[in-house]
Amino acid sequence: MSLAAPSLTDRVTSLAFDAHILHAGFLGSDMVVVTSEGIVQIGRENPPFRPHGDAILSVVQDQKRLLTGGDDGAVFEIRAGKTPVEIARGKGWVDTIASGPDGAIAWSAGRQVFSRDAKGNLRTLALDSSARGLAFFPKGYRLAIAQNGGALLWFPNMSATPEKLEWKGSHLDCTVSSDGRFVITSMQENQLHGWRLADKGHMRMSGYPAKIRCMSWSYDGMWLATSGAEAAIVWPFAKDGPMGKPPRECGARPARVTKVAFHPKALVLAIGYADGWVLLVRLTDAQELLVRAGGDGSPISALAWDAEGRRLIFGAESGAAGLLDLPV
Amino acid sequence: MSDKIPVTVLTGYLGAGKTTLLNRILTEPHGKKFAVIVNEFGEIGIDNDLVVGADEEVFEMNNGCICCTVRGDLIRIIENLMKRKGRFDAILVETTGLADPAPVAQTFFVDQDVGEKTRLDAVVTVADAKWLKDRLKDAPEAKNQIAFADVILLNKTDLVSPAELREVEARIRAINPYAVLHKTQKCAVPLDAVLNRGAFDLERILEIEPAFLKTGDHDHDHNHDHHHDHECGPGCTHEHHDHGHDHDHGGLKHYHDEDMQSVSIAIDGEVDPEKFMPWINDVVQLEGINILRSKGILAFKEEPKRFVFQGVHMILDGDLQRDWKPDEKRVSRIVFIGRNLKDDELRKGFLACAA
Repeated sequence: MSLAAPSLTDRVTSLAFDAHILHAGFLGSDMVVVTSEGIVQIGRENPPFRPHGDAILSVVQDQKRLLTGGDDGAVFEIRAGKTPVEIARGKGWVDTIASGPDGAIAWSAGRQVFSRDAKGNLRTLALDSSARGLAFFPKGYRLAIAQNGGALLWFPNMSATPEKLEWKGSHLDCTVSSDGRFVITSMQENQLHGWRLADKGHMRMSGYPAKIRCMSWSYDGMWLATSGAEAAIVWPFAKDGPMGKPPRECGARPARVTKVAFHPKALVLAIGYADGWVLLVRLTDAQELLVRAGGDGSPISALAWDAEGRRLIFGAESGAAGLLDLPV
Repeated sequence: MSDKIPVTVLTGYLGAGKTTLLNRILTEPHGKKFAVIVNEFGEIGIDNDLVVGADEEVFEMNNGCICCTVRGDLIRIIENLMKRKGRFDAILVETTGLADPAPVAQTFFVDQDVGEKTRLDAVVTVADAKWLKDRLKDAPEAKNQIAFADVILLNKTDLVSPAELREVEARIRAINPYAVLHKTQKCAVPLDAVLNRGAFDLERILEIEPAFLKTGDHDHDHNHDHHHDHECGPGCTHEHHDHGHDHDHGGLKHYHDEDMQSVSIAIDGEVDPEKFMPWINDVVQLEGINILRSKGILAFKEEPKRFVFQGVHMILDGDLQRDWKPDEKRVSRIVFIGRNLKDDELRKGFLACAA
């Protein structure tokens, strides 16, 4: 970006934590930060707490609650101002977790996948290889699971064996489009794989120099932004999906994109980089706004908007963080 | 060296003494904190160390390379551990007794994120002095572990006679003449014999010669570390260049293992990189599945620096290192350890790369 590019840096409040920031977000008007050493901070003034004795490995949230999985085998549901609720405690690291519609929760520890509906009915599924990524469908009670060799689609309340979507290779993270038509996984082999469920059509999205560990859908469900390259790679998902269409490249810089987060109400993408920079890019005209010019240089490891799209929070591996208040 | 976290892989057949070694490493007063990746939670776990259970999930990379297998669970565990840097100084990976070390080692070269934050230091194999001989006959895993090793602890030496010990040592040397071997009881070795070896570090591959020709296979004498790194000057009388398979290795009987061998080839001079690079790439592409380990130090034509490479199956890592010293003879040497190696073909192929 050019030096003359407009900047929002004077609207950023700096925050500091003492460990790798695993997750950042908002619960209502309260900011949320979770570190890998197990600290949860909700709201700037409240005391931090440690729901798990030790490390937190996985975090997900929706508008109302934060879900955490730890190396103690436990899963907690945390709401602002309330005591954390222990949902489950088992053996092994809980290193994937997903939040579903109507209060459902899914998590995995190694080859065991657990799904719990809002009423508290718990279902388990034993896999032949570890679950790596979990994502609920936006409607109905259905879970997509990424693992070695493809993805599984599971209806936890029907005991039927899950449907297998096969594609050779190791699949890592998983996401489902807002209309439920597409399941996308990131892969060990630095590419995305997608399935168009209507006809089981395969979509291979490759060309990345690194693994894609962050994906974000636009509010209208038409675009999927991804990390893993020296620009945010944004795939078009209108109509039949991205096949045969080139992706957009947003915010190209000489540093790898580590985090992407689409604005909840506009086609504006927040992009975090491996050198600590944060930019906003408007998809319609590629206009860029600077949020952070690197800070301490540590890679951005967390990035999220609030529900209104008025505030943006970011965190870095070093524990540095920042809160952007957009002008009204 | 970088600030990458060193990773030591402990292998060994069932009952050889891996857990004993692990406990020894953890309990020595070294002031270091370890993250330990184990398969079964046994009698280990020290307050300051992180202990993690693993699943040994081996899978193929979908990159057309059939022997490019990696440990998926290890990638996941290390990814999580590296978010907690500061909590430990080094990582120990204990494999199951039946494990092939290759997928573990390859994980560090194939996975970019793991490779950026950690470095494989060495593969340490614990062998049972009493039972190894039998296992080499009936357990291909045991043979793999010996062939793959950078450091071998020939353990439980108190349970065998001196003659039996020499016998099993000779059997080990028939498979892997290059590993540093320590004869131990209860895995009693100084920690610097197994940690911080830099066995995969190109800058520390200083010479390639059978370890037993060096001073010692020094059992309990760890102050001789510099001997590993000694360089043969012009006054060197070691008859190790192009040694054949015909002399008596320091009093050891010579065995030939039908299945697993090492092949060492030397050119008494320079190599043409234009010929060597395509040749070595072809070799590992075609024979990589049989080649467990490879190493080489080469004098390239009109190149003042030494070219050093090391490989695991099909994966090669090579670079130009320091300058050849004025008193150093510019010779080129490569070694392979593997199964059913085509000795004549390899020899002919390498010799044809001479400048």
